[in-house]
Amino acid sequence: MTPSTERRGLSRRQLMSRGLAATAGMIIGGGFIAASDAAWAYEAAALKPETMATLVRMARDIYPHDRIPDEFYVIAVKGYDAPEAAPEIEAGISALNAAAQGAGHADYLSIGWEDDRVALLRAMENSAFFQKIRGGLVTGLYNQKAVWPIFGYEGESFSKGGYLHRGFDDINWL
Amino acid sequence: MVAKYELDDDSVVLIIGTGSGGGVLANELAQKGVKVVSLEAGGRYLPDDYLNDEWDSFAQLAWLDARTTSGDWRVAKDFAGLPAWIVKAVGGTSIHWAGASLRFQPHEWKARSSYGHVTGANLLDWPIDAAEMEPWYEKAEAKLGVTRTGGRPGLPGNNNYKILEKGALALGYKEVHTGRMAIRSVDSEEQIACQQTGFCFQGCKWGAKWSSAYTDIPAGEATGNLEVRDRCHALKIEHDDKGRVTGVLYADKDGVQHLQKARVVCVAGNSIESPRILLNSASSMFPDGLANSSGQVGRNYLRHVTGSVYGVFEKPVKMWRGTTMAGIVQDEARLDPSRGFVGGYELETLSLGLPFMAAFLDPGGWGRSFTSAMDGYENMAGMWIVGEDMPQETNRVALSATEKDQFGLPAPNVHFDDHPNDVAMRNHAYARGEAIYRAAGATRTFPTPPYPSTHNLGTNRMSEKARDGVVNRHGQSHDVPNLFVSDGSQFTSGAAENPTLTIVALAIRQADFIAGELAKNNL
Repeated sequence: MTPSTERRGLSRRQLMSRGLAATAGMIIGGGFIAASDAAWAYEAAALKPETMATLVRMARDIYPHDRIPDEFYVIAVKGYDAPEAAPEIEAGISALNAAAQGAGHADYLSIGWEDDRVALLRAMENSAFFQKIRGGLVTGLYNQKAVWPIFGYEGESFSKGGYLHRGFDDINWL
Repeated sequence: MVAKYELDDDSVVLIIGTGSGGGVLANELAQKGVKVVSLEAGGRYLPDDYLNDEWDSFAQLAWLDARTTSGDWRVAKDFAGLPAWIVKAVGGTSIHWAGASLRFQPHEWKARSSYGHVTGANLLDWPIDAAEMEPWYEKAEAKLGVTRTGGRPGLPGNNNYKILEKGALALGYKEVHTGRMAIRSVDSEEQIACQQTGFCFQGCKWGAKWSSAYTDIPAGEATGNLEVRDRCHALKIEHDDKGRVTGVLYADKDGVQHLQKARVVCVAGNSIESPRILLNSASSMFPDGLANSSGQVGRNYLRHVTGSVYGVFEKPVKMWRGTTMAGIVQDEARLDPSRGFVGGYELETLSLGLPFMAAFLDPGGWGRSFTSAMDGYENMAGMWIVGEDMPQETNRVALSATEKDQFGLPAPNVHFDDHPNDVAMRNHAYARGEAIYRAAGATRTFPTPPYPSTHNLGTNRMSEKARDGVVNRHGQSHDVPNLFVSDGSQFTSGAAENPTLTIVALAIRQADFIAGELAKNNL
């Protein structure tokens, strides 16, 4: 069974249910972005696969959390993978790649060091495209309940009776 | 037995807004036998409806009608369409408030006399003082069940408070405690005390924090004298050729417009909407807006000197656990111009959940500087600065020339420039806040810029003389005798304290006045 038939049509729920096991590596090909250990995969629909992959890299470079696997960055930006949003994203990523080429690289994804990629992003941080992606990530990334445990955040507590008997004042190192 | 009044019943007192001003006024009048119609733009949400989820709750409760911003305040850059973080619901922003219930200090009622002339500031003494307000504060504290008043014990301190306390005491601060809070600290027969759930800003699901939504509003309705019409958005206040108000035009949930007649109209829509409806009620008799012969309607917009300090520590704090505003340092609230500014400020713990921390820690920030801070979220403690800002005539709510709301009426523009005194105070407070956290062991601190305003004040200021302000010592319009302002927009100056207790005290006092005047046929 090829990856393309096995993973076609993975829903967000299924993708999320694969848990946090994914590693940071991505494989691109056949329309898919996938974790190197095949824990999850995403098939670009309206965007070119390499555009989606570059967008995910850009998202991580904007809000880099080394303990957050790629799949959550994919989820954070996959709303742009739609016919009405795609042209603006393709244009923005093209501009990003052009900037990378202007700096002597083949494209954005081929730049090895984060600092070198971030320098390109800094140069375009006032652009509408950058601000759209950055602004969207604030909720798209940090409002995913599945990433909250990575930060230690516990979310809803009413159903558990609050923290009165569950450690609201349990600090023991002061 | 909820009251139901006819649209042409011109004997009712009509109140616009049901928050800590309008909601309390409605109940207090209803208890005295006065017939009241309350118009509330938002829907009715009770503790069972509140959501322990920051963005979902924001979508449920926040006032999101069209608004614009201008001025040099950072909110205009970071949140251009959201100058204020306030609530559209029965109960208004009393659903969202944290519960801090502090009286003004005596000198703050007399800001002009206490501070002297401050260049660029439009300071004015209130026409009332601490002695006059004392009994009303007592009633307000009893109504709200404020801890550390009336024999009610303080709340226990959570982790976030313990950090604040340790750092503050290490610096020599003395007035450090878990606050005077409108949050039940002991169980009663019918009602449960605070369960330290967090999410105070999202509405207390235990009902342990006071909100008019589930106290004064149902109590007023139970008298049979109060009719609350929710999802009814007031558009314009009508008047007759004698210059007395006669009723309010409003749109119901389906957008159908109605005119409710009234004997008295009280405006309590918070400090952006209250001046806006007065300005939108301009007529040939009142071309600059209703109650605006002074030209002060919408001016002197106050929002407190705010900002936050977050600190990251070596080990977990879990600041989101428990009461959001869990403690206070009051030593800097004093008047001491040797610090380089007049007025004072309070430091109060604050916590945000991870989603809001991402939005508010450093709006617009990105890259490793930002994300390494977020990576420290579990080890963070947080505090909020609340200080007195200087009233300035040019800080104002005005009608937008271009933007319209969903009813086609001019949207409000909120213009705010920091006064140099505001900047000096904020910088002082940042430094003290960071020092507190360093004294408690912080490895990194963040001076976080102001959030969209929660303390919106001053845009229909109270004044002794008609030329200086919009309303008199009773919140009654200088120009239109049967028109009142009943919310924080009547504040002459902002003081250093969270405003709700004072709004409630003024509403109780105003109810007494209005009922008396009605009985004497003066209204």
